[in-house]
Amino acid sequence: MSNQSYDPRVNRLKLGSTDDPIKVEEGENWNIYEVFHQEKRGAHHEHVGCVHAPDPQLALVFAKEQFGRRKKCVNLWVVRSADILAFDLEDEDMFANNMEKTYRDASGFKVMEKINKFKGAGKQPPAKDGKEK
Amino acid sequence: MYGGGYIFDEPNRKQLREEQLHDDPEKLAAFEERIAKGEKIEPGDWMPVEYRRQLTRLIEQHAHSEVIGALPEGTWITRAPGFKRKLALIAKVQDEVGHGQLLYNAAETLGKSREAMINDLLSGKSKYSNVFNYPAMTWADVTVIGFLIDAAAIVNQVANAKGSYGPYCRALERICYEESFHLKQGHDALIELATGTPVQKAMLQDALNRWWQPIMHFFGPPDKVSQHSEKLMQWKVKMASNDEMRNQFLDAYVPKIWELGLTLPDAHLHKNPETGRWEYTDPDWDLFFKVINGGGPCNQERLQVRKWAETEGRWVRKALMKPEERKVMPVA
Repeated sequence: MSNQSYDPRVNRLKLGSTDDPIKVEEGENWNIYEVFHQEKRGAHHEHVGCVHAPDPQLALVFAKEQFGRRKKCVNLWVVRSADILAFDLEDEDMFANNMEKTYRDASGFKVMEKINKFKGAGKQPPAKDGKEK
Repeated sequence: MYGGGYIFDEPNRKQLREEQLHDDPEKLAAFEERIAKGEKIEPGDWMPVEYRRQLTRLIEQHAHSEVIGALPEGTWITRAPGFKRKLALIAKVQDEVGHGQLLYNAAETLGKSREAMINDLLSGKSKYSNVFNYPAMTWADVTVIGFLIDAAAIVNQVANAKGSYGPYCRALERICYEESFHLKQGHDALIELATGTPVQKAMLQDALNRWWQPIMHFFGPPDKVSQHSEKLMQWKVKMASNDEMRNQFLDAYVPKIWELGLTLPDAHLHKNPETGRWEYTDPDWDLFFKVINGGGPCNQERLQVRKWAETEGRWVRKALMKPEERKVMPVA
């Protein structure tokens, strides 16, 4: 079949020489790895997306190409998507915050009130009792 | 680049209504309430059958468009004028293929494998943006694609980034950021021709004349004939109507063409000062449907290049394969 492309390279490929239908087999695009990106030293690695790769080493290479070609990046992690364990989204309600949990919040402890009360209470009695004769 | 505004849909409405009946009405109501509140839907969430189907097709077609869209530009890498233009074009084409991968991954979270999507592309079942079925004949074509087609895609993608599906929004956020470079380098290259020699100007004008109709086709058929469902709008799968996006595009970019002393091949094209909307001669919509169904000048070539790449690359993929690996879809 003749090919009338504007691209000389495409013309050299002899496209369409066979009419065999092409079917990519399931799994032929390898496994899926989640990618975590660290923008600077000291920062957390953050999830940025995923890549298809046959093994972790190549996943890192592809991740660098896909998620590290712009902006700052000092490190990448990859992990197989299959190895990620997550809560079911339907159980979201278990994270609902009980508003009575002030005992585990900094704002639940009023130290200044107590200090001021102590200081206020401490001033007066000694002033009176301290006078002798 | 390159999410066309038009989501190609096969007419199989009857079957859909049946599927729709299976959605649990209580779950559906809760789902719609979440979307109305502006919440994002995530992969493991319950979603209506039709929402999953439409989103899969939308994101998949967007992914195909990125990958196929890299072909007409990619052919110009070896012939780009000058070192800087060559570097920029290589970077842009790499970005487009990267966008394709981000989008395939977002679509995979809905349960369709990348292999299945590629098979549907190669068999012609799944479509991609119609503009890439036209040839890039000269360097001026590359500048018109880089500026105007990318601009049109940005209008569409910025709208879609506010949609309801989390993984798609996150992918688009990254894509839109990179697109800003594509748009700027395209504008820069176009201005260079527009302000250059008479031969350069003529070449650019010729490219504009040829690309104007495909660009007008880009956002899909006019609202009066397009049966995009209100459901898709309500579910925030489609964020703006075809005419709305086309108008936004014309508003932002026609002045940028005219200010360079260039013309567009539509004598009727003008902004109505009273309505604030652009008026234009309707492009040939029969041609649009003919091209989408395989009758464009480059449909065959594009798919054949993709098939060639799949066939020739197969031995590499096979050599690296580890069949014992268990594969699951991306988690987010």
